[in-house]
Amino acid sequence: MKLHEYQAKSIFADAGIPVPDSRLATSVEEALDAVDEIGYPAAIKAQVHVGGRGKAGGIEIATDREEAEAYAERILGMDLKGYTVDQVLVEAGVDFVDELYVGVTMDRSEGKPVLMVSTEGGVDIEEVAAETPDAIAREHVDPAFGLHPYQARKVVYEAGVDADVALDVASILSTLYDLYEDSDASEIEVNPVMVTSDRDVVAADAVMNIDEDALFRQPDLAELAEASYEDDLERKAGEYGFDYVRLSGNVGIIGNGAGLVMTTLDLVDYYGGKPANFLDIGGGAKAERVTKALDMVFSDPNVDSVVFNIFGGITRGDEVAKGINEALAEFDEIPKPVVVRLAGTNAEEGMEILNTDLIEVEETLEAAVQRAVKNAEEVAQ
Amino acid sequence: MSIFVDDDTRVVVQGITGGEGNFHAEQMIQYGTNVVAGAVPGKGGQEAAGVPVYDTVDEAVEAEDADASVVFVPPAFAADAVFEALDTDLDLVVAITEGIPTQDMAKVNKRLGEVDTRLLGPNCPGIITPGEAKLGILPGNIFADGNVGLVSRSGTLTYQVVDNLTERGIGQTTAIGIGGDPIIGTSFIDALEAFEADAETEAVVMCGEIGGEDEEEAAAFIGEHMDTPVAGFIAGRTAPPGKRMGHAGAIVSGSGTGTAQSKIDALNDAGVPVGDTPEEVADHVESFL
Repeated sequence: MKLHEYQAKSIFADAGIPVPDSRLATSVEEALDAVDEIGYPAAIKAQVHVGGRGKAGGIEIATDREEAEAYAERILGMDLKGYTVDQVLVEAGVDFVDELYVGVTMDRSEGKPVLMVSTEGGVDIEEVAAETPDAIAREHVDPAFGLHPYQARKVVYEAGVDADVALDVASILSTLYDLYEDSDASEIEVNPVMVTSDRDVVAADAVMNIDEDALFRQPDLAELAEASYEDDLERKAGEYGFDYVRLSGNVGIIGNGAGLVMTTLDLVDYYGGKPANFLDIGGGAKAERVTKALDMVFSDPNVDSVVFNIFGGITRGDEVAKGINEALAEFDEIPKPVVVRLAGTNAEEGMEILNTDLIEVEETLEAAVQRAVKNAEEVAQ
Repeated sequence: MSIFVDDDTRVVVQGITGGEGNFHAEQMIQYGTNVVAGAVPGKGGQEAAGVPVYDTVDEAVEAEDADASVVFVPPAFAADAVFEALDTDLDLVVAITEGIPTQDMAKVNKRLGEVDTRLLGPNCPGIITPGEAKLGILPGNIFADGNVGLVSRSGTLTYQVVDNLTERGIGQTTAIGIGGDPIIGTSFIDALEAFEADAETEAVVMCGEIGGEDEEEAAAFIGEHMDTPVAGFIAGRTAPPGKRMGHAGAIVSGSGTGTAQSKIDALNDAGVPVGDTPEEVADHVESFL
């Protein structure tokens, strides 16, 4: 779960990390009131859950009121990589001489949290990591002991941070690690930490992602889990509890289990089609979930044909067939051609009750996908 | 022969009185697995799925001489259940639970380095040695006894590939789902190493997916240490960067790591043919035998 910059910064500020003075605004008027209080220069920053906001035109620095108004007007309501901007953070500009990167994340291959520091802040850190990996200093933390303060100092010195600000940066990093642990974050990143001409350090940006699996014990953070869906279908999927990803093609895909659904997507592509979505109904789905999944994919205007692929382990073929029949019951004519393939637990029972007047059935995954791709081509013509 | 589980494995089911735990304990027993006890705090002295239930794993192991456990405990309590099993000196712990917080798993992972117990999972379908024992939720009827080892990150994809094999009369020594989470106990390499050492395993199938670098590391291991032929499959070729495809671990990061192509290239470099479809994987396996 992603937090907005303003939410993360408020958590940072509460924990004692220095952040620039800022206000949240949802209208041009509010933005102008905010700059009047904060003064110039002021940054106007789109609050949406996407990376690379600056490059995409979602961050501007205003040096006077006229500019502030123009930027606020442009950014509020703009489409940023598929998200509509409905709030901006208005923030005091920082007179900086240096930009650093600091972050805490989980190193999967080590199974341990890792601290990261670089003096090449303010730019895409993933590019830095790819091109000059040595420019990022790393220190693993033992998850059972937690962070030893020396480790924060060590990694900051190792990165080559200027000696006069090194301890201040280490202190920020150490606080970030505490936040990482206390809030079950999956990632916390400040890029950049700005070093001002007065040699102060300020967290000028804030990325904080929370492990969704831990939200049950983070009630305050769970409340911030506003719907950050790209469109109504993703919102609907979220409400139904499906794992759903919208894609750009026209073959709708429903299946059980992440690996098998991914494989079905890949096969659609392999046989010359274009997947419209990833939809995993999960394990042990009952008829009602199946009906909802089919309704969802039918209601996607991009979908021309559907492939429904179930390999039952804990999911039972007869339950799936029941759900498909229920979804179809309201139609005299199928809205979009559907190919069904059932295998595994109770697949035969499922095939027996399946209403094959409206749908097509295939025995193998490969055949089902090929037929759905062909259907999509015919509908699209 | 087989790896990790067989006829002699004696199993305690943690969470045996819950809906899933109970159902699958019965399924495991029906398959012929030696399920000898359940462990559920507060339910000691009861019976479930026809076996005695104990309050602690320690008691269950003591009384019934168990050497493995399967964990069906809800995510909020699952890490604790795994610690309990690890501290009981079992040979194998299989964690089925999906949705354990990653930082909990980091702590579990630390403990794993200090004990001799093998952890499989979490968020995995389990392990099966056809005709002998099944620890987990895999549908037993699609498996057949034979000479191919299978290791996979995903449950249903495992079933799909096994089905393609069994349909052709190609049986399995042992099939293992290692789980789709970012931090897991048993890695591809652990399973591959065991299959390489198993005299009956004549070929191995490895099914990976996008995210992380485990498949690349496994490919390097195969290239250096394995004589047994391996066929591969990688799910998620068409997954867009930055979108989590169901599994917490299945995500291509913005910097391009974890892509299907990098995994396929690594496997090909190690001499492992990667099927474009599950059917093609079975073709490769058939050519090995």
